[in-house]
Amino acid sequence: MKEQREWSTTRRSLLLAAGALAVGAGGGGAEAQTFVRPPAGTADAMQTAIRKVVGEAEVKKGKVKLDVPPLSENGNTVACSVEVDSPMTPKDYVKAIHIFTEKNPQPNVVSVHLGPRAGRAAFATRIRLADTQTITAIAELSDGTFWSDSADVIITLGACLED
Amino acid sequence: MARALINIPAKAKRGQVIEIKTLISHIMESGFRHSTVGAAIPRDIITSFTCTYNGEEIFRAELFPAIAANPFLTFSTVATESGTLEFKWTGDNGFSTSETATITVE
Repeated sequence: MKEQREWSTTRRSLLLAAGALAVGAGGGGAEAQTFVRPPAGTADAMQTAIRKVVGEAEVKKGKVKLDVPPLSENGNTVACSVEVDSPMTPKDYVKAIHIFTEKNPQPNVVSVHLGPRAGRAAFATRIRLADTQTITAIAELSDGTFWSDSADVIITLGACLED
Repeated sequence: MARALINIPAKAKRGQVIEIKTLISHIMESGFRHSTVGAAIPRDIITSFTCTYNGEEIFRAELFPAIAANPFLTFSTVATESGTLEFKWTGDNGFSTSETATITVE
């Protein structure tokens, strides 16, 4: 039942927004901005975010396995897991794993910090995706190298548009 | 106090890699949405999660608005000794919750 109520609120919000848009068009100005999509991210924004993490280092393909479903109906929760091929010994381990998205309003998704005590360099979580896009996982190893994997995800209904 | 669920094995063999699953109830309001009248809804998310094993940090995560509501995290650790695992979530608007779990290592 709760679901239904949420749907009707959504429809109302759309109508309200349409009204506001009409008023905005007539009055010409600020009201037109009331119902706005969040600013979509760009590939450049993702590259900037990645550079902030990796610095000047080269990011190589491989070692990392990013697992997300290729098609997701609802972008509000998408199961996502990352596993890195590493022995996880005190001398050779994964220090951190980061996930980035291309088209979400903010490119960062999550950064996790691990150590040799993790035993396995893997984690899983549920993420939000605003649109059909490519997501990238980057792992930072204890020797200072960076490895990455990307996956394409098709999203039928994006997150953060409405409630 | 937000409700948190922790799932770890009660017993483990020394040196065994155990899986830890955590789930906490939180709306994770992204800050990118607008209300029905067009006002921006302020961000309210959990920004940080840490797990310590007998006081030593074994896992830390920085969360961003792109984490789904009710953050779920699965990770692993090596069962080294019997003791307590402490889980701590902190976030916007002074949000802070912690939870503990005990493990027996044979």
